Amino acid sequence: MYRYDHYDHLIVRERIAQYRDQVARRLSGELLEEEFVPLRLQNGLYMQRHAYMLRVAVPYGLLSADQVRMFAHIARKYDRGYGHFTTRQNIQYNWIELEQTPDILTDLASVEMHAIQTSGNCIRNITTDEFAGVAADEIIDPRPFAEILRQWSTFHPEFLALPRKFKVAINGALEDRAAIAVHDIGLTVVYNEAGEVGFKFMAGGGMGRTPILGSVIRDFLPWKHLLTYTEAVMRVYNTHGRRDNKYKARIKILLKALGVEEFTRQVEEEWADLKDGPETLTQEEFDRVAKWFQPHAYRELADTDVAASQPDNRAFANWLNRNVKPHKVPGYAAVVLSLKKTGVPPGDATAEQMDFVAELADRFSFGQVRVTHEQNLVLADVEQSKLFEVWQLAKSKGMATPNIGLLTDIIACPGGDYCSLANAKSLPIAAAIAERFDDLDFQHDIGDIELNISGCINACGHHHVGNIGVLGVDKDGSEWYQVSIGGAQGNDSAIGKIIGPSFSAVQMPEVIGRLLDVYVRCRIEGERFVDTVQRLGVAPFKEHVYATPIPAQELVGEDHYA
Amino acid sequence: MLNRHPQIIKGREVVDDDWSVLKLDEGQTADAVEVPAGKIIVPLAVWQAQRDALADRAELGVWLAPDESAASIKDDLQRFTVIAIDFPKFTDGRGYSIAYNLRKRLGWTGELRAIGDVLRDQLFQMARCGFDAYATRQDRSIHDAVKGLSVFSETYQATVDNPIPLFRRVPRDTPAEHRDIGAGI
Ligand code: HEM
Ligand code: SF4
Repeated sequence: MYRYDHYDHLIVRERIAQYRDQVARRLSGELLEEEFVPLRLQNGLYMQRHAYMLRVAVPYGLLSADQVRMFAHIARKYDRGYGHFTTRQNIQYNWIELEQTPDILTDLASVEMHAIQTSGNCIRNITTDEFAGVAADEIIDPRPFAEILRQWSTFHPEFLALPRKFKVAINGALEDRAAIAVHDIGLTVVYNEAGEVGFKFMAGGGMGRTPILGSVIRDFLPWKHLLTYTEAVMRVYNTHGRRDNKYKARIKILLKALGVEEFTRQVEEEWADLKDGPETLTQEEFDRVAKWFQPHAYRELADTDVAASQPDNRAFANWLNRNVKPHKVPGYAAVVLSLKKTGVPPGDATAEQMDFVAELADRFSFGQVRVTHEQNLVLADVEQSKLFEVWQLAKSKGMATPNIGLLTDIIACPGGDYCSLANAKSLPIAAAIAERFDDLDFQHDIGDIELNISGCINACGHHHVGNIGVLGVDKDGSEWYQVSIGGAQGNDSAIGKIIGPSFSAVQMPEVIGRLLDVYVRCRIEGERFVDTVQRLGVAPFKEHVYATPIPAQELVGEDHYA
Repeated sequence: MLNRHPQIIKGREVVDDDWSVLKLDEGQTADAVEVPAGKIIVPLAVWQAQRDALADRAELGVWLAPDESAASIKDDLQRFTVIAIDFPKFTDGRGYSIAYNLRKRLGWTGELRAIGDVLRDQLFQMARCGFDAYATRQDRSIHDAVKGLSVFSETYQATVDNPIPLFRRVPRDTPAEHRDIGAGI
């Protein structure tokens, strides 16, 4: 993985000095809170319901074992013993003291980490596929490009006070696992007919209050122009993006208002001046960065039928089936460690678990870990012959729930329990649903399905692109949940459709149950939930869900929300 | 309304300043407002409305609001001694792109002044985008504000103050292990 050189260290350390000084000026009253807010946000520090929350950047979701150990250390020393992995492949700590944040940054810097631009109206952490570099369907490893963009966007002086947040995702494989269509810029690495590497360049995707899928603004951009073209897009957006209304400030609104053609014309005009300029990438620079992402020293192995070695072990077979993914090198596999055990908030990991994951990474996966945007962790390079051992170890720490891609692999934002913007809680909804459908046989029968929950319209929990999306809404001061179906991420991205009036918290598990009833009844061989929804439309689902009243005290008692 | 900052930051120094900035009060219009004598920085609209009368002035400045473009004065640059860009709120970043365009597209080499809600923590990025003068907010110490100009000693990207990006400027191939990682602060 990328290692800092002298310059990266210098910039991060000077940032800490700058931020430490800003905190001191805030504490002395020299800086007013309103002046401090954008400064702390650019450093990932939010004020939440109970305390400050710090979001730490995990560039493109890739971590070394030592970095994971540092997360555990921070969880113990400065928080309450756990952290929360997010849909943006970062980690958040929920119980932070302002005074301690400069020290946390100093600790992070010792393992080449920071919290720069994890929030605020600037270019955020660049995300990518958690299987980058190992995926069997990979075209080109996107991580060197993500790192190059990370450096370029770090403190880019012109783009630190944009109209709104700005998110970039890069996919390097046939299958998009980076949800690029719902990013402000979504890039796919492709070859052109001449065999040159470049990007299909999308812009204007996003979720939030107005979900819009990105539009292709260039079919092929040679890789050397990555920075200049991005700069052109950013300048058009910075200049013309709306600032009068923060709900209309994202680039997706500008792109819709201008139309793709006019937007593209403006970008191309801007780019004409930048093209081939000094920011044009060089082969040397690419090579310098790419050398940090070379394949590991893999052993020469053959693929084996791992399941056959444990013929009577159904639990292990289930885990292999759901949590183990193909690897491009024979004899290896990628393992997803589930952070979705029933009873635990999706994405939460304790300090003990983090230390344990670091140890697993050192022993079994070249000392590296990845964070997925579904809020799980990945050991990307495990020898197939070690899978049984890894499974047993992961099981002992509650991280081997064989539910990856299944109903209880829920994406959920922190919602009303932590977030001051929430209209409703989301974690207890996730918990109630997970509890009701805990039966693994049932889950495996239902098969691939994505259930995503957000506590408000901001869509941090990706509810718009969930096969089932749950959105917390406020009605007369109480918490209700609106349900959409048919959303999807990836190559066939789609925004879900709302099925009808919203439900109370206690009704939610039954609502999900009824949606699944229709699926089980109507599915044809091999069809996933989302395919059935797309084939039949919303109507039959809606009909069944609302056919008879759902008791408000179904299954789950008040106690669960206490 | 006429705003005067007795001192501004010019380059990296605090210096006395004798320019005034004209802002239209409510009810005033660009063509009717009387532009006082002396060194004055007028709104773009006033320049456009009173071009003939103002053209003879030996020393004149113009200021742009965030929604006004550098291109709107591209044919008039030689008439100005100072160009200013207003930051009505420090969170409004359009002024950075205007500055970039003035310097890089239009080749403006004269004084480029940031006015309005100009605070210490924005100065570094302003300087990088081509500003060389700062009328910082007067309720704050200007001497403290100067410190905002020396935050980072290295930067990654190409922009106005340094048109060559780090990867073209220096050899960057030495692994971190072999460097003194504590250096620099
Ligand atoms: C608890 C503190 C958080 C706050 C205050 C917060 C705030 C927001 C806001 C205001 C938006 C809407 C932005 C817009 O549409 O312009 C948003 C979107 C989003 N946030 Fe959060 N968020 C928080 C936590 C999280 C977490 C924990 C995650 C991941 C699990 C997350 C991931 C996202 C994503 C993916 C979006 C949608 C991006 C898009 O519209 O394209 N956020 N957040
Ligand atoms: S979706 Fe709303 S409630 Fe959930 S984290 Fe985002 S802002 Fe908070």
